[in-house]
Amino acid sequence: MLRKLLIGTALATSFAFSAHAADVKEVQMLHWWTSGGEAAALNVLKQDLAKEGFAWKDVPVAGGGGDAAMTALKAMVAAGNYPTASQMLGYTVLDYAAAGVMGDLTETAKKEGWDKSVPAALQKFSVYDGKWVAAPVNVHSVNWLWINKAVMDKIGGTEPKTFDDFVALLDKAKAAGVIPLALGGQNWQEATMFDSVVLSTGGPEFYKKAMNDLDEESLKSDTMKKSFDNLAKLVTYVDPNFSGRDWNLATAMVIKGDALVQVMGDWAKGEFHAANKTPGTDFLCYRFPGTDGTVVYNSDMFGMFNVPDDRKAAQVALATATLSKSFQSAFNVVKGSVPARTDVPDTDFDACGKKGIADLKKANEGGTLFGSLAQGYGAPPAVANAYKDVVSKFVHGQIKTSDEAVTELVKAIDDAK
Amino acid sequence: MSTVAETQIKLTPEHDARPGASVRSRLQDLLPKIVLAPSFAATIVFVYGFILWTIYLSFTNSKTFPSYAITGARAYQRLWRWTFESDPPSSWYTSITNMGIFGFLYILICLALGLFLAILLDQKIRGEGMLRPIYLYPMALSFIVTGVAWKWFLDPGLGLEQTLHQWGWTSFHFDWIKNKDFVIYTVVIAGVWQASGFIMAMFLAGLRGIDGEIMKAAQIDGASTFQLYRRIVIPMLRPVFLSAFIVLAHLAIKSYDLVVALTSGGPGGSAWLPSNFMYEFTFKRNEMAVGSASAVIMLMTITAIIVPYLYSELREKSR
Repeated sequence: MLRKLLIGTALATSFAFSAHAADVKEVQMLHWWTSGGEAAALNVLKQDLAKEGFAWKDVPVAGGGGDAAMTALKAMVAAGNYPTASQMLGYTVLDYAAAGVMGDLTETAKKEGWDKSVPAALQKFSVYDGKWVAAPVNVHSVNWLWINKAVMDKIGGTEPKTFDDFVALLDKAKAAGVIPLALGGQNWQEATMFDSVVLSTGGPEFYKKAMNDLDEESLKSDTMKKSFDNLAKLVTYVDPNFSGRDWNLATAMVIKGDALVQVMGDWAKGEFHAANKTPGTDFLCYRFPGTDGTVVYNSDMFGMFNVPDDRKAAQVALATATLSKSFQSAFNVVKGSVPARTDVPDTDFDACGKKGIADLKKANEGGTLFGSLAQGYGAPPAVANAYKDVVSKFVHGQIKTSDEAVTELVKAIDDAK
Repeated sequence: MSTVAETQIKLTPEHDARPGASVRSRLQDLLPKIVLAPSFAATIVFVYGFILWTIYLSFTNSKTFPSYAITGARAYQRLWRWTFESDPPSSWYTSITNMGIFGFLYILICLALGLFLAILLDQKIRGEGMLRPIYLYPMALSFIVTGVAWKWFLDPGLGLEQTLHQWGWTSFHFDWIKNKDFVIYTVVIAGVWQASGFIMAMFLAGLRGIDGEIMKAAQIDGASTFQLYRRIVIPMLRPVFLSAFIVLAHLAIKSYDLVVALTSGGPGGSAWLPSNFMYEFTFKRNEMAVGSASAVIMLMTITAIIVPYLYSELREKSR
């Protein structure tokens, strides 16, 4: 009996050791890209790594969503069991870097020239204290309109260039008996739309001051009040059943032609593609009226953890493959976003993607590439969520006037700082 | 009991003869303690240990990660201030008023409905064996399933309202789930649907435990059915009320998942319960200190309700 036990223990130990040996040639990855298109896009990365002899291992997350993944990551890091990399958003990267658990990819970055090819605004999140700690995968932008072309033709609309044009267009749709604006009444969707409204109302300078620098004067200015009034105006064009609706259901309303337009980030394009729709013939993508030339972005990043030295080779391979031009192109064509480096050829992208790439380049050069506050790239999560609270309470009527909204916004952001 | 005594008697003579047996019998005595020890230790650490841990964190300045330097009661000060911000309502104010509304209605309606159904089922009706599981079945579902099913059913564009419109009753209007002032009542509806059958089963067991002789005696004395229940049956069900209350109270306080699945927080966060608040602040907003403080306040509230109740009930029993 005792001997059996000993043999068992010995076997188990040797298994543990051999498992550890396999670790070195393995990329342990925490992510929540599990839906069809995203998973297919990640496959490209897996194959690239397999060519170099590195196996891919998903870190399982119960529940699937980003929140569950972040909770799992927190537990793993607290236990000292770092994954090779994890999908991360904005300030989360900086939080973990401040806690001293992120790795250092500066050497690889220098060799690959990331300093030049990755937009400076993105480097704010992927570089901490002079060290590269994350590899950006893509750039999403949120100031887009997604329009059903058939409905647009029916009501005889043209591309709105100003906010007033946009309102006139919505009126036309209303008169034609179509739901003018498809909106999902969840706080992040409302706040994502409000990002664009603020940019449109106040212009790039104002957006940066209010939504990235959190300047109190700007936050309580008349321009901000006007932005809330404009938001209130837009909300009059949604159907009464909007509250709580998921974003992809709102996109489906536009795809089916029940609604004219949705204001949403470019991940909405993935839904159009999944429904076999083509840009230009089935749907139209315009910048939110009055925001052309400016890009309000968020970005998915692979945060690189400070793994033991023998696992670093796998990490470097992952980071290099992630920022390689071929993967950036292949992945972003599927995902709907644009590459996180500005020197990737746009040949494989559709019309909307080409416009996105050109806009990003222009915004990067012109200094009009700003973080989306609603998506957590404008301020840390505490502030971003306080902002979402205020916008959502305003949309749903707990906050009744734009005066009150501005006061609440300043107070909430102050509280969360 | 008798078997234990017998084995001990049998073991005693061997005890002197062979030392091995003495180890065995001592082991036998210790066995229950050994078996219980891991779960006891786990409870000490994972329940009481982490309660203390949470209390400690609530006095720190913890954000994304726990920090260990005590920085005072700032988290409590913020919660205290939010407690009185009713216009526009702060998230904390919404959470605690919702808890009051939800807890009160959920427990009350479940008890009333459960008792009523149990009394009806206790009338020696035919097919009781089939009816009981039908009422009991919702309890077997998770809150998530209940939440999603009711979400579809109550959605004006999808469920009840839409169906009735198609049947021709176009003036019918029921959009509580989309209405910031009424969304919490839809949580009550779904919660009651799920738990009342289980409460019914508890009451039914209690009713079956009542001595038929007492009922007969009361009937001979001329008590009406109403009086019979009012004066005899319901007072005798008192221990069942206690158990049911405790089951319902803890279900009410932990019903985070029901709110999320049914309303995903409600319009503008108007369906939040304190548990939603706690999760949001701790894990999504990286305000661990505030989240911990709200958890401590929840614990104190539960303690303030349950402990006196348990104390009075248990003391009366021992008297």
